[in-house]
Amino acid sequence: MKRHVRKLLTVVTEAAVESILIKEMESLGAQGYTITSARGKGRRGARHAEWMPNSNIRVEIVCDAATSEAIIKHLHEHYYAHYAMIVLCADVEELRPDTA
Amino acid sequence: MIEPVVLFFLLGIVAGALRSELRLPGAVYEFVIILLLLAIGLKGGVELARQELAVVLPQMLGVVAMGAFLPLMAFPVLRGLGRLSRADAASVAAHYGSVSVGTYAVAVSYFTNRSIPFEEYIPLLLAVLEIPAIVVGIILARGFSLGIRVKSVAREVLLSKGIVLLLGGLFIGWIAGEDGIGSITPLFFDLFKGILALFLLEMGLITAAQLGSLKRHGVFLVLFGIAMPLFSALVGTALGLWFGLSVGGTAMIGTLAASASYIAVPAAMRISVPEANPTLSLAASLGVTFPFNVLVGIPMYHGLAVNAHLLWGAA
Repeated sequence: MKRHVRKLLTVVTEAAVESILIKEMESLGAQGYTITSARGKGRRGARHAEWMPNSNIRVEIVCDAATSEAIIKHLHEHYYAHYAMIVLCADVEELRPDTA
Repeated sequence: MIEPVVLFFLLGIVAGALRSELRLPGAVYEFVIILLLLAIGLKGGVELARQELAVVLPQMLGVVAMGAFLPLMAFPVLRGLGRLSRADAASVAAHYGSVSVGTYAVAVSYFTNRSIPFEEYIPLLLAVLEIPAIVVGIILARGFSLGIRVKSVAREVLLSKGIVLLLGGLFIGWIAGEDGIGSITPLFFDLFKGILALFLLEMGLITAAQLGSLKRHGVFLVLFGIAMPLFSALVGTALGLWFGLSVGGTAMIGTLAASASYIAVPAAMRISVPEANPTLSLAASLGVTFPFNVLVGIPMYHGLAVNAHLLWGAA
């Protein structure tokens, strides 16, 4: 069993930007992602998952350090000023099948 | 006599204001919206099959012009009297040029309860009216240098749930015709009012959630949220009269003009004009205009159409 040190990016943001955000992340090198609906409260107030204009998503991406830096930089430049968004970055170990 | 469906809306508002835990599960709310959109589309499609293109096409162009005109009227008021930033004013203006399917559904219920006939292909005009205000809103905020996201926004709007289901329903109704859709009548038409009641219950809860942000943004938004639909209803009524529609149809165009979007436009504006504050538009359109239209607006627009027809109609 191999273990790889990778970066886990967690982005919590507005559902309205989902399709654009995903396209941009893929073009920056993300090879996969997981999206879940999210609820919570932050600087821009409480956000409920049920109703589209007011709903949140949580996007998780496992990638290498260079990709995660590129994505963080992009999000900071294009989203942080105007959208409800929080980005977390953590070191994680990814388990891969031995054949890979 | 107050509509029973409106009582559900009031229940939602009261429950929301008292911070009850009541909430329609997300999937149920989605389902209810899908049923409403399809039912409205199907009904419109069946009727559309009986219409001449030469009658409907000028009316489509007429509502497109109205959808572009209304935000252009709203924008200077929002800038001048409301002292909103350019982006905020453009976004709010776009909401008021577009339409609310929920308000239309309540109007359908109001008119059918009173056996007032109206041109039932109006859902086509409803679908058409969603779009021009979004374009005008983006231009008001951005100028003509629309930037890189135009394609994404166009995609988002044209393939949005609302447009796809409404146009899809129209198409199916148009192809299938009155006899063809007989077999799906129990779900889409017999249950229409019950589904509308559930929708309005959740809308009441959502409206109540806007009241907090309304308090923060003050008196201007409340006044605008009432004055703007009244002005728009006059424009819509004039247009309906000019189209030569029945009293019910004229009142419907008035109602469509008066309604403000809270699904399609917020989503489009969020992507295309990110610096606009979304809570501002939603507080006005959901916190003020939607309840105003549902509770007192629709009967008023009906009265307006009746009087307009007495004065100028069928001359």
